[in-house]
This record gives sequence, C-alpha cells and structure tokens, in this order.
Amino acid sequence: MTSPMDAPEPDRPPGRHASAVPAHAPPGSALAVEATGLVKHFSTRKQVTKAVDGVDLQIPTGTVFGLLGPNGAGKTTVVRMLATLLRPDAGSARVLGHDVVGDADAVRGAVGLTGQYASVDEDLTGTENLLMLARLYGFTGAGARSRVEGLLEAFSLSDAGGRQVKTYSGGMRRRIDLAASLVLAPRVLFLDEPTTGLDPRSRNQVWDIVRVLVEDGATVLLTTQYLEEADQLADRISVIDHGKVIAEGTTNELKRSVGQGAVDLRLADSARRAEAAEILEKLLGTSPTLPTDPYALGARVPDDGADAVARILPALADAGIAVPEFSLGQPSLDEVFLTLTGRPLPDEDSAEPGADGDAGRRANVAAEEVSR
Amino acid sequence: MTAQSTDHEATITTTSLREAVALQERPSRPSALSTTFTFGWRALLKIKHVPEQLFDVLVSPVIFTLMFTYLFGGALAGSTSAYIQFLLPGILVQTIIIVTVYTGYTLNTDITKGVFDRFRSLPIWRPAPIVGALLGDTVRYSIASVMCIGLGLILGFRPDGGVVGVLLGVLLLLVFAFSLSWIFTILGLLLRTPNAVMGVSMMVLMPLTFASNIFVDPSTMPAALQRFVDVNPVSHLVTAVRGLMAGQPDSGEIVWVLVASVVLTAVFGPITMRLYRTRH
Repeated sequence: MTSPMDAPEPDRPPGRHASAVPAHAPPGSALAVEATGLVKHFSTRKQVTKAVDGVDLQIPTGTVFGLLGPNGAGKTTVVRMLATLLRPDAGSARVLGHDVVGDADAVRGAVGLTGQYASVDEDLTGTENLLMLARLYGFTGAGARSRVEGLLEAFSLSDAGGRQVKTYSGGMRRRIDLAASLVLAPRVLFLDEPTTGLDPRSRNQVWDIVRVLVEDGATVLLTTQYLEEADQLADRISVIDHGKVIAEGTTNELKRSVGQGAVDLRLADSARRAEAAEILEKLLGTSPTLPTDPYALGARVPDDGADAVARILPALADAGIAVPEFSLGQPSLDEVFLTLTGRPLPDEDSAEPGADGDAGRRANVAAEEVSR
Repeated sequence: MTAQSTDHEATITTTSLREAVALQERPSRPSALSTTFTFGWRALLKIKHVPEQLFDVLVSPVIFTLMFTYLFGGALAGSTSAYIQFLLPGILVQTIIIVTVYTGYTLNTDITKGVFDRFRSLPIWRPAPIVGALLGDTVRYSIASVMCIGLGLILGFRPDGGVVGVLLGVLLLLVFAFSLSWIFTILGLLLRTPNAVMGVSMMVLMPLTFASNIFVDPSTMPAALQRFVDVNPVSHLVTAVRGLMAGQPDSGEIVWVLVASVVLTAVFGPITMRLYRTRH
C-alpha cells in the first residue's frame, strides 16, 4: 500500500528547526495553500445561499494567514473546503501542491484541523482520544503510546489524560483539540476560530502554541472574528464578507485603511456635547458619532491623526468642557467593516449555513443536512 | 524561552511543545482492517464510559419477556412454559432489531458534535468509521442476546437445538442486524438530530416487529395482515432463528435471511458511503 505521507516533501526540509523556514517567507517562495475562485452554494428549501463566492487565497509556507470576517461570512466554509470536508462547487485549491478534490487523501495526510467542526469524542478520555487518532494515523503499540504521552505532557494535560473530555474546562478542551490535530505533526494547520469562547488566559495560551508551531515551520490558516487575534498572530489577512474577499494585506496595511482607531469620550455635562463634537470634528477632520448615551461621543482617528489626538484634551479643557473619561481604541473589526463596506457588521444569524456561533451552528448544520 | 502561561494548571513550555510536535519518522498508513478495528475499539470504550446506553438493551427484553410470558402465555399457548418456547427466539429478534436503531443514533450524535468531521479529515479508508462502529455494535447485540437468553433459561426456555442451535441462531441474527444497520446509518446521516433518528426509526420498526410472527401464530390474523406478515423480513428471520434453536433448521428460511442480509448491505451500504462522502 502506498502512502501519501511517504511521498517526498519538497516544501520543507526534514526535521523541524526554528530557523529552517523564515516566519515571513519572501514573496515568490512556495505556497502552502493556494485557492482560486472557490465557490460553494448551500441550498435550503427556501433559497440557495452563496456561502463562498469566488475566494482566492495564497498562503506562503511558514506563515500565519488570517481569514477575518463576521459570523456567516463564509470563513468556515472556506476552511472546510481546504480540509477536504466539502467539495467546492467551482474553483480549485491546492494544499502543499495536492489538489483538495483530486488528491484529497494526500491533503488529509498533510493537514491538521482544529475548530468547532473537527472535535474530539467527549465520552472518551483525553488519552483514549489521542490514542485512537495515533492508531488511525498508523502509529502502533508503544510508538502510539509514547506519541500520546508526549503530546499530553506538552499540552499540560498529563494529569487530565485519564478523565473524560466532557469534564474538561474550556481551555483544556481547546488544548486537547489542538493536540489531536498535531498527532501527525502536520505542516499545514487549519484553526477555525481557535479562541472563540475562551477566557483571555486560555486564549493567550493558544496564541503561544500557534507561535511556536509557526516558528518551527508550520503554516497556519486561522479564521477569526477578532481583529486583535489576527493582529497578534497573522502575517497577512484576508477580510471576508458574504463569501467574498473584500480586502487583503498585512495587519498594518489593513489598519491604515481604517485609520489609527477611534477616540471615545464621556463628558461631565451632556449639554456641552454638541460643542465637544464640533471641537473633535475640527481637530480630526472626521464626523463624530453620537451614541444614545447623551454624555458620550466618539470619532474615528484618520491616518495622520496622532498629533490631533494629542490636542483633543487640551482643546476641550480650553473650552471648559470636563472630560472624566477618555479612551483611544485600536480599530475594531466593526470599524474595518464600516470602512470597507460602508455598513456595520451584519447580524448574527445571516447567510452561511454552519455559521460560527455555536447554537446557530447546530441549527444551521441541521437545516443543511435536511436539504441534502 | 518559555511560552509563558499564568494558568497554574497549565504551563506549556516551548521546548516540550517542540519536542512533542517534532516527528522523527512518519508512520506508514494503516490498513483498512486496522483502522476499522480502531473504530470498533472506540465503540467498546463508549460502552465502558457510558454504560447507560446498555440500559435499553438490558431492560426492554426483560420487560417484554416477563410481560408476554405471564400475561398472555396461558391464554395463547395453554401454559407459560409452553409459550416461552415459542416466544423467546422472537423476543430475541425484536430486542436486537430495536437495538440496531442506536447505530443511527450514535452516528448522528457524532455528526452533531463534530467528531465525525475529525474522522473525515483523516487519511484513512473511508468506510472505516462506519464499519468499525457497526462491528462495535455487534458486541452490544451480543450482550443483549446473552441477557435475553439467560432470562429465558431462568423462565423455563429449553431449546432442543442445544448450545450449538442457540449459538447459530444468535449468529444468524447478528448477521442480519449488521446488514439492517445500514438503513439506520442512512437515517443517521440524513436527519437533523439524534432524537429525530430515534423517532423515525421506531416508527418503522414498531409495525415490522409487531406485525410479524414474534408474538402469535399469524394463522388467526385477517388475510391482508397475514400477507404482510408473510413478506415481513422479520417473520422470516424469526422462523429461521426458531428453527435453529429448536433443532429443526429450516434451510429455506436461513437462505432467505442470508440473501436479505446481502441485499441490504449491497443496497444501503453504498448509499451510506455516498452520503458520508458528500454531506457537508
């Protein structure tokens, strides 16, 4: 029996060394993932939804690529197509040179998948889950056991290995999911919203793990709804909405497109808000937003607005307007969206079957199943 | 350098992570048989961890056997001990056939929980997760059979076919149950929730098991019903199992059951696999 895993792998030198593959691969280096014109429709009884509508991706080897978008944008569907779980309706994709449709088994042998979709069995213990996967990947006997022990140790789950996964905390759960996807040391890792629902501490842990993996030469495709997460991890980002890529670039390029962020103020006296808004507009050159809270106001900071921001408080003080609260925020996904699409983030339950919220996902997946 | 973590329960160090992830030698791809057994092993682990799933398997045959033997035995066959000779093979068949529903139920649970997508993303022989689960279920059927026959022996079931006849009867039943399970794997892949799978399956199985020769001789039934009972595969299975256990094997019925098993697998197995490959 020939194994796709035995095939020579030109993309990566044998053995993993932190320095073997630069984190930021130069342009023109080998692409780990390449997708052209990916399309996926879902039909429910009522309508046909274009979940993914012509997505192109180029992910250089050894980099982290962020797929950023709101619930229902099509992120998960893209990942599922790349992971061979879904067959594209049009377009093509290659992972490490293997076609996801024509050579699906080779892709499966080379990628690891962690997400809301690829889960572990909650009824089994952590050890049993990993042992099962190790055996399915071809490890046998003592080799399988030592592989599992090493992974449990590395993910700080040795003590919990004998417990059923359903007793795990959210952070532990995500770690066992990650460990499960690393059993075969995949060179490409798909992480579908790896930190959704995690507390900040567990989220930082997941981020640390991803960084180590990438330092060691893995390529990571990450989907997220959080600009901060993409900012922390990703070398390049595609913003996706309604199944289409609406912007692509480094985090800095993306941020520049939306400006430096936003200022938010809270005044002591609501009667002075109009006056304060005028001052803000004059300094920043953007029109202030006036929330329903009569004491609050905010404004986007333009590209070159750093100096202007510094003058806001003195200017307000000169006018005799007291400002008990002032904050300067990084641009959020909302702002990226507003800038790129001219509309705020869509509501939770739209579009994509198998959207990202957990409850919504179940319901949507169910609808999808019936339609088959 | 440490990929630091303030979580006291979890300190993940870069070195240990690196060591764990590094893989000196990639294993060769396992055979179809070995992956199938791994999934069978998983099914057994689930029985170990969730013994409640055996509750129905154990309780329903007990209730049915006791109820029918003592409520109707005297009226239907003159005495309870005479009736149980007739009833027990039938109750056994009914029990196992109802247990096959769990195949679809567990498959659907795996899908809703996302476990199945993990399996589908592995470079393995594609039918392995399903075939392995079916093999694991066979163990469940065996446990149910032992329960059922054990109770029967206590209540006075004395099969003339002896140990060999009983074992052959159970074996034939297991073969049929394995083949029938493919129908429930289809339901498991098509329906939206595990409970829907349960509901639909029961709706199909109730008439199949009751409109059969499990409980009474069909000769007293209206003609139309008799015609249904005669073509009902469950009736053929019950007759074949009864024959084997009574030491009077009916080769015609046994062949009928074996052919039906092959047909069920040949038709519903590929449909299951097609759904499995294409579902999203």
